[in-house]
Amino acid sequence: MSSLLGNIFKGWSDYSKGNEEGGHHNYEHMYAMVIDLDKCTGCNACSTACYAENNLATVGEEYFGARQAMHWMRIERYFDEPNLEKAGSEADADTQSHGASFLPMMCQHCNAAPCEPVCPVAATYHTPDGLNAQIYNRCIGSRYCANNCPFRVRYFNFYDHQETAWPAPMEQQLNPDISVRSKGVMEKCTFCIQRTRAASNTAKNEGRAIRDGEIQTACQQTCPTSAILFGDLLDETSAVHQAWKRHQVQLGRYTQNKENPELRGYRIFEELNVDTKVLYLERVREV
Amino acid sequence: MSDQKHLTQEQTKDIDENIAWASINADVLRSMENPRRGYWVAMAVSVCLFGIMIYAEVYQYMYGMGAALLNTSHMWDLYISTFVFWIGMSHSGTLLSAILHLVHADWRKPIYRFAEAMTTFSLMTAGIFPVIHLGRVWNFYWVMPYMTDRGLWPNFRSPLIWDAFAITAYLTSSVLFLYIGMIPDLAICRDNAKGWRKTLYSWLSLGWRGDDRQWRNFRFTYLMIACFLIPLAVSVHSIVSMDFAMSIMPGWHVTTFPPYFVAGALYSGCAAIITLFILLRYFFKFEHYMTFPILDKVCKLTFVIAMVWTYLNLVEFASVWYGHDIPSKEVLIAKATGPYSPFFWGMMTFGSVLPFSLLFKWVRRNMYVLFFASIFLNVGMWLERWMIVTPTLSLGYHPQAFNVMWPGWTEWAMVGGSFGWFGMLFLIFVKVFPCVSMYEVKEMVFHRKRTIYDDVDEMMTLHSGVPGPKAQTQNSGGA
Repeated sequence: MSSLLGNIFKGWSDYSKGNEEGGHHNYEHMYAMVIDLDKCTGCNACSTACYAENNLATVGEEYFGARQAMHWMRIERYFDEPNLEKAGSEADADTQSHGASFLPMMCQHCNAAPCEPVCPVAATYHTPDGLNAQIYNRCIGSRYCANNCPFRVRYFNFYDHQETAWPAPMEQQLNPDISVRSKGVMEKCTFCIQRTRAASNTAKNEGRAIRDGEIQTACQQTCPTSAILFGDLLDETSAVHQAWKRHQVQLGRYTQNKENPELRGYRIFEELNVDTKVLYLERVREV
Repeated sequence: MSDQKHLTQEQTKDIDENIAWASINADVLRSMENPRRGYWVAMAVSVCLFGIMIYAEVYQYMYGMGAALLNTSHMWDLYISTFVFWIGMSHSGTLLSAILHLVHADWRKPIYRFAEAMTTFSLMTAGIFPVIHLGRVWNFYWVMPYMTDRGLWPNFRSPLIWDAFAITAYLTSSVLFLYIGMIPDLAICRDNAKGWRKTLYSWLSLGWRGDDRQWRNFRFTYLMIACFLIPLAVSVHSIVSMDFAMSIMPGWHVTTFPPYFVAGALYSGCAAIITLFILLRYFFKFEHYMTFPILDKVCKLTFVIAMVWTYLNLVEFASVWYGHDIPSKEVLIAKATGPYSPFFWGMMTFGSVLPFSLLFKWVRRNMYVLFFASIFLNVGMWLERWMIVTPTLSLGYHPQAFNVMWPGWTEWAMVGGSFGWFGMLFLIFVKVFPCVSMYEVKEMVFHRKRTIYDDVDEMMTLHSGVPGPKAQTQNSGGA
């Protein structure tokens, strides 16, 4: 009983500390990302790398068209910046003269993730690494998490894809570090948790801390323009931390007080107060 | 019954007070033996629908949830809306039985039994949906906090867990309520039955002899469960509404959802009582018990609840409209003008406009009109649940996820099949158990037959010819 009360009080003090200090969490690490949209060319290499790294099933044209695909990392195209059109030219939303704007979208690993409290069996939770994790074996497929995700980055195995996505010899190409999901479970971007675990094991064996840049996610590794940065937000020397600081974006806030409004850093749906950990740097375009 | 006047639409009394007690027993017991042919037709239709549902479920089990044409934006669809619909249906029994029992509305007595049965069976129907909509159906029991070697608990923060608890508690209580209220009647059945029925009723009547102590304990228990059931009924639908209200999605995150859902539940439950009232009256020739005046009262009750529901609906729209939360407002506008707008306006028409027909006495007294009206009221309520679930998912926050989705055949099969499953259970129940409460109808007749005299003394004098006690006292006092 005393431990129960103790847990409640500890939880409460953590909660109020988080409110006071802006996104305080008792995490060992807090892996976060920075994506520079100015560098993104929309080439889809990150998405392809993600398919290869994380054993994502290719569902085929029919299911893709039915929006039942499972692309953890998706490149979204937006043609709706008519304000960028030259004055006098006809603004056509579908073919704007500057081409599309691209947005790589994957799980934002919210610190206040709306998917976590709603799962009936606690299959999705926060790891001490500050990651929003999904336990495939625990998932019963109620799909409440996906309904409650404002980013719609949770993907459900509507079918069994093992036979069709990796016919006979192709199962040899599967990544042995992570599982292949069966029908009826939810899955989503893990920030390549297998790589995080491997790096932390190596660091532990060598008796040192994880170095910044030691962990590379598949999308980051593949990006031809190095638009993606990944690292530990709690490590003040990390490139990710520096970028967040430089762009004056703070965790635990739903509006940012920037001294310089020209700074490009922003978080998607910040106003929903889900406290995402992916910082996007706005694309700079000349009119 | 030589006098057929009370069977007509001009009847004013809830029940013919001159029914002999023996004929009440005979009429109700007879209903369990030889229903009209319509009963068997309804049974056959129900079994067919249920069969289709089983086929659809097997198909979906083998093939995956994709068979329902769900997609990354529309993770829930008809399964969850139909689940909410059936939970709503279950509120009729509690309203009619428990609440009206507490307020001593004795016109409920001939019809509360089947309303209670409706509660139980619609809960059993509703319970199917959260299970079949799971991606991994075979692990459905993981939502219950059972002892496991892995020491895992379910996530107590999740509204789905609250659902599981609330529905289990409500189902248990409503089964108890139905069964306990039926014990005196089961004893009557036991005394008149033969064969397997005799064995069944002997076990179920729990040795009821109708002595004084048993009646006192029975009354107390029944009242207690009635009192227990009312807050439970309110909480169960509030918790179901929290599936939506606790989320952050525009159009779901609405503070007024709990009372709105409870009002909607009572509404669809009342409408369903009208439908089943008419069906049972026909199937089992209950013209003497399920009378027009009672139907008239149920209609008035339905109208009042419909207006409460309409009011809460408008409150919700107004709070969204004036709240200026852009995504919520867009969902509201999309409901009224978007691809789902025919269903939205259908819901408004059937749910808020159609009940005004109940203001006319000729509608309230016309079985045929009322039968179809009540069905359309429930169609409206079903559309309401659909219009809560789907338009939100088709918009949400993220523009990449905007899309319109129409349910697949398995979803329609399950929705239809749920009516089959409910109908099957209900029809079996009304055939095996007395669906008019014999002992309470006797009470009703007894109480209504009792004449209340303004001046008892005068009437005693009139009947006996001897001055009554009061007159005697006055006389002696005068002398």
